[in-house]
Amino acid sequence: MSNATFTSRAAKSLRNSQLRRNINKATTTIRGKTARVTAELPDWEALRLAGREIKRSTLAELDKHLIALEESVTRAGGTVHWARDAAEAREIVVRLTKAHNTDQVIKIKSMTTDEIELNPALEGAGIRPYETDLADMIVQMGREKPSHLLVPAIHKNRVEIRDLFRDQMGSHGEGLSDRPTDLTKAARAYLRDKFLETRVAISGANFAVAETGSVVVVESEGNGRMCLTLPDVLISIMGIEKVLPRWQDLEVFLQLLPRAATGERMNPYTSIWTGTVPGDGPREFHLVLLDNGRSKILADEVSRETLHCIRCSRCLNVCPVYERAGGHAYDSMYQGPIGAIVTPQLKGLEEAGSLPYASSLCGACHEVCPVKINIPQILVHLRGKVVESKRETALGKLSGENMAMQVASRLFNNQQALEWSLWAGRLGQKLLTRDGVMPWLPPPLSGWTLSRDFPALPEQSFRDWWKQRENGK
Amino acid sequence: MSSRDIMLATIRHAISRPAPDGLPAVPPPGDLPAYRRRLDATGPEIVDRFLERLRDYNVHVEVLDSEAAVIAAATARLAALGLDRLVIPADLPAAWRPAGVTLVEDQALDHQTLNAIPGALTGAALAIAETGSIVLDGGRHQGRRALTLLPDYHLCVVFAGQLVGLVPEAMDQLGRHPARPITFFSGPSATADIELDRVVGVHGPRTLDVLFVTGPTQPREF
Repeated sequence: MSNATFTSRAAKSLRNSQLRRNINKATTTIRGKTARVTAELPDWEALRLAGREIKRSTLAELDKHLIALEESVTRAGGTVHWARDAAEAREIVVRLTKAHNTDQVIKIKSMTTDEIELNPALEGAGIRPYETDLADMIVQMGREKPSHLLVPAIHKNRVEIRDLFRDQMGSHGEGLSDRPTDLTKAARAYLRDKFLETRVAISGANFAVAETGSVVVVESEGNGRMCLTLPDVLISIMGIEKVLPRWQDLEVFLQLLPRAATGERMNPYTSIWTGTVPGDGPREFHLVLLDNGRSKILADEVSRETLHCIRCSRCLNVCPVYERAGGHAYDSMYQGPIGAIVTPQLKGLEEAGSLPYASSLCGACHEVCPVKINIPQILVHLRGKVVESKRETALGKLSGENMAMQVASRLFNNQQALEWSLWAGRLGQKLLTRDGVMPWLPPPLSGWTLSRDFPALPEQSFRDWWKQRENGK
Repeated sequence: MSSRDIMLATIRHAISRPAPDGLPAVPPPGDLPAYRRRLDATGPEIVDRFLERLRDYNVHVEVLDSEAAVIAAATARLAALGLDRLVIPADLPAAWRPAGVTLVEDQALDHQTLNAIPGALTGAALAIAETGSIVLDGGRHQGRRALTLLPDYHLCVVFAGQLVGLVPEAMDQLGRHPARPITFFSGPSATADIELDRVVGVHGPRTLDVLFVTGPTQPREF
């Protein structure tokens, strides 16, 4: 496990009151809107079930659907590339971009390109990537990491954003005020030049339809339409789990996603394109199918449904842990409850083993998920794996947690030993108990009381009370 | 082995294990939970819902009782906005072409030229009442995507006969030509990226006006 854990990162972000205010405002607002527009559909529950069933049956025959997608995209004039991991995906995109002798690309918000760390690879190859989603552009200009799936710059205030724009937008940033309308206007003018002059665009994909080869991007700002329409070349990168078998399946997800994500009946812009069309849009289209750990998730029967996720971020907005700790504590482009299950599975438990513990298991995420992913169950499953993998190391065997569990296991198997230890415990706890709880335990149990109290043993155990009652009869 | 073969082999191995809850791996066809595929409402109710949604989005709508009223309405609206130049798809009907403005037919105009034109006038493929969406698919009277993207103003003619109730009804119709480039727009582009303040009009046309024709409609064609 890396040295910085969720707990240590959260401890830092909890001290940032601006961040907590912003996140609280964001999550409260979006929660209200999503609740309203999901409640107004009489068939919302049926849509969720349909979404889950479509995802489940698609994953069960994923190989077949990917082959069908490859065939239909190729038939429509596109080219399909297969990338086993992030390095291979980066190599494909850099190679395709370089083939067009360009030193800049425009990008649509895409978590998949963040996941494969595409931007540093492009920069390393002498290609400058321009993020065109407003928040992503702000995060990129500030050389930071996103803090929310949908509103990645939620940790920044308007003055900070104005300073970034003044600094980096050339003439479009001169004398800029900090009013959001002025900032947005400046971004429009600055990016319009980029849209018109850049020949290669890079996007993610929300859905891709195997039977037709159609790819879908949903968005709010219109930068997506610009990138999908104006350049000569379009490269789209999608996780293999994004494929849908049939055109008809879109009718379910185009209802689920906007209502669960931003609380809109429909997002402002949805683009669906199929290969290339003469005289309309890019002349060249590449679709990169990315595994990068997804098939490993698919192989685990319990956590398989992690791959149902349509990246709506509704689970973030209802999560009490996310609302307080903020997105950066998850140290990943996938945050909140879904991040707590996606990241450890993509990056490995050694790297992100603290994330499955970033939850109180309250279940709010499962309750609202538009495709009904049982996030708490997967969290517990992953916690089990973390403990198993820790026990395999010598240090893990000697850890306080493991020793305590071993001792507890013995005690609970032996009545006399248990009674004796309870008696000893009642004697020993006297010095540590305040108001019925022990706020601090000595090592090796001190880890438990770092963030919670340990309830003191009552004066009399149930067994003792029972014995006394029997005798008194 | 190619990456493709390795990925497919890995996936096949991964899915060879059954689901733990004993559910069949693939639900039988037609077994999807019954969500609504048609809106259970009368024609006027569907129109009302659509217009209400557009007003929610602050879209300026004019309801016309016949196609013959399009020219007058468009001319007046453009004059009110002070717009004097519009790009139009080459197949835009003469019966929709407003007077008193320069109309530039799109004959493969380059992007810079399109970008310098302040507005566009087109028809639509269909519209969805439940979501207030207007859908373009590059078919009749709509032009290519850049035409309704680069100008800052879009005037769109929509017929009541093109209106459907729900998203599934729209996808059924669009599915007849899925290879066409399709754009849904539902309200103006917007962002809440700066302190969650909603700012309307980021990229694309910042103003969308709709002429909604309820009367005798042009023949439906997909």
